[in-house]
Order: sequence, then structure tokens, then C-alpha cells
Amino acid sequence: MSSRAIEIILSRQLADCLNVPVFLVDPKGNLMFYNAPAEGLLGRRFEETGEMPMEMWSTAFFPTDEDGNAVPPEQLPLVTSIQKHVPAHKTFWVKSFDGRSIQISVTAIPIIGRDQEFVGAIAIFWDNPIDI
Amino acid sequence: MKVILHGTRGAYPTSTPANQKYGGDTPCIEVVHEDERLIIDAGTGIIGIDFDKYDPKKRLDILLTHLHMDHIQGLGFCKPLFDPNREIHIWGPGGSIYPLQTRLTRFLSPPLFPVILRDIPSQPKIHELGRSKIEIGSFKVSSAFIIHPGPTLGYRIACGGKTLTYIPDHEPMIGQLELYKEDQWISGFDLAFETDLLIHDSQYESDEYMKKIGWGHSSMQICSEFASRTKTGRLIFFHHDPAHDDDYRTKAFESFMAKNSFDFPIELAVQGKEIEV
Repeated sequence: MSSRAIEIILSRQLADCLNVPVFLVDPKGNLMFYNAPAEGLLGRRFEETGEMPMEMWSTAFFPTDEDGNAVPPEQLPLVTSIQKHVPAHKTFWVKSFDGRSIQISVTAIPIIGRDQEFVGAIAIFWDNPIDI
Repeated sequence: MKVILHGTRGAYPTSTPANQKYGGDTPCIEVVHEDERLIIDAGTGIIGIDFDKYDPKKRLDILLTHLHMDHIQGLGFCKPLFDPNREIHIWGPGGSIYPLQTRLTRFLSPPLFPVILRDIPSQPKIHELGRSKIEIGSFKVSSAFIIHPGPTLGYRIACGGKTLTYIPDHEPMIGQLELYKEDQWISGFDLAFETDLLIHDSQYESDEYMKKIGWGHSSMQICSEFASRTKTGRLIFFHHDPAHDDDYRTKAFESFMAKNSFDFPIELAVQGKEIEV
């Protein structure tokens, strides 16, 4: 198995140091890594799951708009960054695993390395202080 | 394949008597197979190479890991560069918005150096590498970016059924004392996997490293763990800190080895040593 690109390894090292949820995905959208704060969103531990395909992680935290309609995967910022190689931002609602609805904002950016190669994307989640 | 260590010291050259056992010149190694050779890095160690004893008609290839001064300081004093009949190729890291030629010219031009790179008589050809595989004569060279400030490559050289891995400056985990448990998340892993000889940064002791996080270097502990995880055959501790004299370095190494055991040999790099791979 090949080593990850250095930009991805460094992104994981950054994510490990942050106290907000971070997802790191490869160019196909597979979730390569999520940090400890992100385990609260997914309800799973990275050590237990390892990588996750996009179909699994994009629906695992039940994203909805403010009217309660499901947000399809292609409208999630991380998926936009993967598909279009552009930064993306969106605010939506997720159900936490204790049943609460939480408004979160997500900022995703593509990771383009020194070789000018698109090697994946990183998303940072911000909990907004509105609980219902 | 034979490897000659011409420069083993990191950061800056040192000529004090207390630093002569392991050597005072900055990184440069020579890889020899029959009448072919590669030079890797052009620290002050390159100045001590007797190029006159080799065939001047043969091309000379110099591979640079990165452009920190200790790895290029000897380039301007490398005799073959000033032979207009010599074919010279310099390989180094791409990955910058500035071409390698431009970055090298920052050093090889006034006021830092009297001769501009483009005026050097041999007119060396400059090549950029990233995650690359090239062949230079009998040498199969793989390169990849590794963690160190600025674009920095590690090299794996395969020849005659043997492999050498050279990663002189490397901080695989920033601020951590252990590597990730998944191999694919380890910087430089592919370069070193099952290599016969690994020459690797080991500048610090663990407590010293924690005061120098992000400077781009490894402790002996993390270097050994890297070698163990990659199933290295033999490890050379490289890039000695010029602030550590021979006695200090020897004691630190002996203390480290007394507390740890590995299933491969480890030794401190000694300038001038020739190693058969």
C-alpha cells in the first residue's frame, strides 16, 4: 500500500491538533481520516472504522436543511470540493447521536499539492450555538 | 553498490577538534557502482571528493534533497562544475512557484557567490523532481516529498539488487514522539520500505526534540521507530548537530542504545566511511 501524499499526511497531523471536527477525504470522496471531535458527529471511532466510502459517511450524520429536508450528498461542501476542486461552505442541521438537532457550518477546501496534483479535500465543522 | 559518507554534519560545518570523529562537513554522500556514481546533496562534504580520479568524460549527476544551505553550500566549490567539457546534471525538488534554476541562482549569484549559475562553465542541466522515478545509468532512483520545511525530497536508490534510502532531514511526526500506526500515513514510508541501508536524520535526543518542534528534524527514537516500521536492514544515524561534540554524541548514542533494542544494526555516521550495500 502506497504512502499518502505528504500534503494529506500533514493535514491529518493538523486535524489531530484541532478541537473542532475535521474530515479528510481522497479524490474519490472516501473518508481517509476524521479526528476525535468528528467522532461525535459520526458516532464512530476512527480506530474502529478506518476509511469510509462517501455513501456511508455522507449520510451517517443525517444532514437536513432548516425545513427538515434531507440535504443530498452532492450538496455537501466536501462533495462540492471533491467534484469541482473549489472551496465550498454551507450551514445545515444534523442530528446528533443523543437525538439533538444541531446547526453546523462546514467549510471545505480542496488540497492541491506541490506537484499541482489534486490529492483530496479537508472539511472543518463549526457547531453554531443554536440547539433545539 | 558502495556508499561513501563525505559529509555527515547538519546545519553548518564545524572544524573544531572536538567534532572530528564523526566529521564536520555538511551532507554529501557518494553512491558508486563499478565506474558509475551519483552524488547526493552538495554540502561542504562535496568539496572533499577527489573528482580527478574519475573519468572526466563521464557525466556527473548531483541529486539535491532540498535547498537549505547545509545541503548546497559546497555546490559552488565542486570542481567539475567549472570544467566546460563536463556534462553535469543537477536534480532537485520541484514543488515551488519558482523553478529550481531560479532558487539555486539565489545562492549561486552575487552577493552570496561571485559566479552566476548561468555563467558556470559546465552549464549544468537542472531537472526538477517530485514523486518521481528516473534511471541514471544503472541506478534506479525514486524520489518523494517528505516532511521538512520547504520542498524536500527523500531518495531511494536501487542498483544491483540492493537499495539505499537517503532521508537526511525529516520530521515525520510534528510534535509527537510516535509514528501513526498505519504505514500509509508515515512520511517517506515507501522510500524506506525494506531498504538495505537507511541513512536518516537523527539530530536530537527525545527531550531535545520537544524544544525544537517544527524545525524539521528527528530524534534518534523516532528515526529508529521509522527504520523498524519500514523493516530497514541497517540504519545510519545522520545529520549530527554541530552544537554536539563527539563525546556528547557518543554518550547520547550509547545511552539510547542501552535503553532500546532493535533487530537491525544502528551506527553513527562517520565522515569518510565507505559502506558496502
